[in-house]
Amino acid sequence: MIRGYAGKFLEVDLSTKNIKEVRFSDEVLMDYVGGRGLAAKILWDRLGSKWETVDPLGPENLLLFLTGPLTGFFPGGRICVSGKSPQSNGVIGSTIGGEFGVELKCAGYDGIIIEGEAEKPVYLFIKDGDVEIRDAAHIWGLDAKRTVAVLTKECRELLKKRYPQRGEWREQSILYIGPAGENKVRTAVVAAKWSHAAGYGGYGAVMGAKKLKAVAVKGTGPLPEVADMDAVKRLIQEVCNSVYENELWRRWGTGSAGYYVGARSSSEPVRNWQEEWHDEKSFGVDQFENRVWIKQYWGDFGCPTTCLKVAMVKAGRFKGAITDNPDYELQAYVGTNLGIFTPEGNVYVASVLDDLGLCGIQTGNVLGFVAELFQRGILTKADLDGIEPKWGDAEAFAALARKIAFREGIGNILAEGTYRAALKIGELKGVDVMPYAVHVKGIGVGAHGVRSGKDYPEIYSYACSVQGGDHTSTACMPLDDFRSELIMIFHDSGVHCYFNVFEVPLTLVFDFYKAITGVELTKEEWVNTKAMRIIQLQRAMLLLGGPDLKWNPKIHDDNPARFYEPLPSGPFKGKTVDRVRMEEEKRKYYELVGWDERGVPKSEILKRLGLNDVDKVLEKLR
Amino acid sequence: MAEKREAIWIARDLSKCSGCRRCEIVCSLFHEKRIWPEASRIRVFMLVPGVEFPHFCVQCEDYPCVEACPTKALSVSKETGAVLVDKDACIGCGKCIEACPGKVPHIHPTENKVLICDLCGGDPQCVKVCQEGLWNVLRVVPRKAHAYKLYARAPEEIAKDLAIKLYGEEGERLL
Repeated sequence: MIRGYAGKFLEVDLSTKNIKEVRFSDEVLMDYVGGRGLAAKILWDRLGSKWETVDPLGPENLLLFLTGPLTGFFPGGRICVSGKSPQSNGVIGSTIGGEFGVELKCAGYDGIIIEGEAEKPVYLFIKDGDVEIRDAAHIWGLDAKRTVAVLTKECRELLKKRYPQRGEWREQSILYIGPAGENKVRTAVVAAKWSHAAGYGGYGAVMGAKKLKAVAVKGTGPLPEVADMDAVKRLIQEVCNSVYENELWRRWGTGSAGYYVGARSSSEPVRNWQEEWHDEKSFGVDQFENRVWIKQYWGDFGCPTTCLKVAMVKAGRFKGAITDNPDYELQAYVGTNLGIFTPEGNVYVASVLDDLGLCGIQTGNVLGFVAELFQRGILTKADLDGIEPKWGDAEAFAALARKIAFREGIGNILAEGTYRAALKIGELKGVDVMPYAVHVKGIGVGAHGVRSGKDYPEIYSYACSVQGGDHTSTACMPLDDFRSELIMIFHDSGVHCYFNVFEVPLTLVFDFYKAITGVELTKEEWVNTKAMRIIQLQRAMLLLGGPDLKWNPKIHDDNPARFYEPLPSGPFKGKTVDRVRMEEEKRKYYELVGWDERGVPKSEILKRLGLNDVDKVLEKLR
Repeated sequence: MAEKREAIWIARDLSKCSGCRRCEIVCSLFHEKRIWPEASRIRVFMLVPGVEFPHFCVQCEDYPCVEACPTKALSVSKETGAVLVDKDACIGCGKCIEACPGKVPHIHPTENKVLICDLCGGDPQCVKVCQEGLWNVLRVVPRKAHAYKLYARAPEEIAKDLAIKLYGEEGERLL
C-alpha cells in the first residue's frame, strides 16, 4: 500500500447536502500523485465527456481542495485548489500556502471534492470525521479580515462546546472567499489568513457560485504513516539547512524584486506593460523594510524560508492598511503596473484587494488595462462611473477594485477579467482594445516579461503553457529543466512549496517522494510519463474549453500583442520577441510534448500514455 | 518546591515567532515519533494572522497543576524543573488544565492523557530548531528567582496583547 496519504477524500454535494467518503486506487495515486495531477484526473473522469458545456460558474462544475503526499512533510505547507477555471475554461492547479492542507490530512482526508450549489450561503465545518454544512448568512458579505475574525472565534467556540474535555482548542484552518468571490468575479481568489491566495484560475468565483463562503478544518490526528521516517527527517533537515544559508530569500522573500526586476532584468510590468523598466529607488526593498514591514519573517507550516512579511502603513493617507509583503508579483501588479512607486500606495491597494477577495495579479492586470484605455481616451471618466484611473493614483484604483468586487457599473464588465472585458469594451466602443490586454488564454500574464531575455520565462513560456499566463507554470525546454511546467506539476501535485526547492538539487524532491510513499520515482519517469500524462489532460480540457469561449492554438498559443512591441526604455531598449523565432520555438515545443502542428495532442502520444478516451474526444479538434 | 535546583527555563520572545511551527514538528517527532501538531506539547496559536505565538508550559513557581492533580500523576522533575506526567496514573480528568492560569495543558488526541512540556529531559527540541532558524523566540536559560508564572496566560489574552503590539488600534478590530 502506498504511504503518505490519509487514504480517503471527502465528497460534499451542496445541492443534496449529501456527504460521503471516496477513495482512489494506489495506481491512480501513483500516476497522478495529488493536487494538480489528481485534479486533472478527477475533472477529466467526471466532466471530460461534456467539458465544453460545463459552465465553470454553474452547479455542474467541481471545486477541488487537494493535498498531496508531500504536504506537511516537505517544508512549507500548501494545498491545491482546482476545478474548471472561469478564466481559461481549462484546468489550473492553483496552490495556496498555510496550514489547511496539514489540518485536512490530520483530519483524515487527502482532499475535498465539492459538487453542486447550495441554496443559500453556507460554510463547511470539519473536525476529523465530523463534517457539517453550516449556515453562513452572517458572514456572507464580510471582507477578508472580518471573515477571518468572526469564523476563527465562532469555530473555536464550537470546538470548545462540542469537545469540552480537551483543554484549549487551537483555531481551525480556514479557506474562504471575500465579496468578489461571492459576486462571481472571475478574478476572485480562494484565500487563507488575510493575504494568502489561490489566485490563478479564479476559483474564488467558483466557490461563490456554489455559495460556499468558507471551509474550516481541524484535524487532531497525526500526519499519515510514511515509508521511511528517518529518511523524511533527514530530508527535512537537508532542505532547512540549505534554505537557512540563503539570507536574501529569507530576509526579503521576493520583495527585493519590485525594484530589482524593473531596474536590472527590465522585465517588470510598468503602466500596463507599456514599459518593463524603471529605476525608482522609492520602490527599493530597503524602503519596504524600513517603512512598512512590521513582521519580517512570516511562514507557513514547517517553512524555513518565511518569504512572507507582514506590512502595515503606520502614518499618512493610507494609515492602517495591512497586507503581506507585498511580494514581488503584487509589488509589480498593484505597484509599478499601475504607476505606483511608493511602498505605502502599494500596500494600500494590495490591502484593499485582500479585503475584497480579489487576486492581486489578475485584478492588477485588469486595472492596468483600464488605466491604459483611460490614458488613450478610449474609456472616459463618464464610462468609469466618475473614476479617473491616472497612473499612480492608488485611491482611484482602489475605487475601481470596489466596483469590480461588487459588480457595480463598469465593475460588472471588468469583473469578467481582462480578456472578456476587452471583448466587451471593444464591442461597446467599436475599437479593437485587444492590443492592450496582456493575457494568455484568459489568464493575465505573471509579472515576468520575456522581451529583455533576462528573466526566467522563455519567449514561448506563457504561449505554450497549459495554464496560460500563470508564471508558476511555464513551458520550458528541455522538459526536465527546473523551470519547466512538467517539473512545476510535480510541486503542484506534491503538494508543496517550490520556493523551498530552489536551494536543493531537484532530485531531492523525488527522494522525498520515495521516503514518504515508498514508491520509487525518477525525474525521467516523472517527466516522460506521469507529468506528460497530466499535461495532456490539461491541454485537452483547455482546448475543449467552452461554454462561453474557446481557444484556437493557431491564434491563442501566442504572446500578448504587447510583447511584440519593442521595449521603449531601459538597458534593453528596442528588444522584443521575434515572431520567426517564436514560431520555431513553438514548433520545437509542440514536437517535444507530442502535439501536432495545430497544437492538438497527437493520437500516438495519447495512446502511449493510455489516454485513449482523450484521443477519441480530441478527434473533433483535428 | 523547585528552589535551588539546576533547573532550566525556556525564555520566550513571542512577538518574534514566524509561525513556522517547526517547534511542533520536532516536539511531536520526539515524543510521538510522528508529525502530529495536536499532540505537540508546544502549540502555535494564530487567533489573528501575523500574530502567531507558541503556547506551552512555563513551570510556575507554585505548580498549581501538580497541586490540582487528584491521582498524583503530575510531579516536578528534580533535574529540570519540568512537570512530568505519569501516564499510568493520569485519568485525563482535566483538573490540571483548570488549575493552570494559562490553560496550557491539553489532552492527547487519542490517548486520554494530559500533555505537558517535559523540557525533553533538559534538551528541548523546540529551542534547537527555533535557534537554528535564527528566530530566537525560544532560548534555554538557567532558572532563577523570577515570576515565571506571569507567562502562563490563556491564548486569547496573549493574542490580544500581541495584536495590539503589532497592529496598534487596528489590532482590536482584528480579533
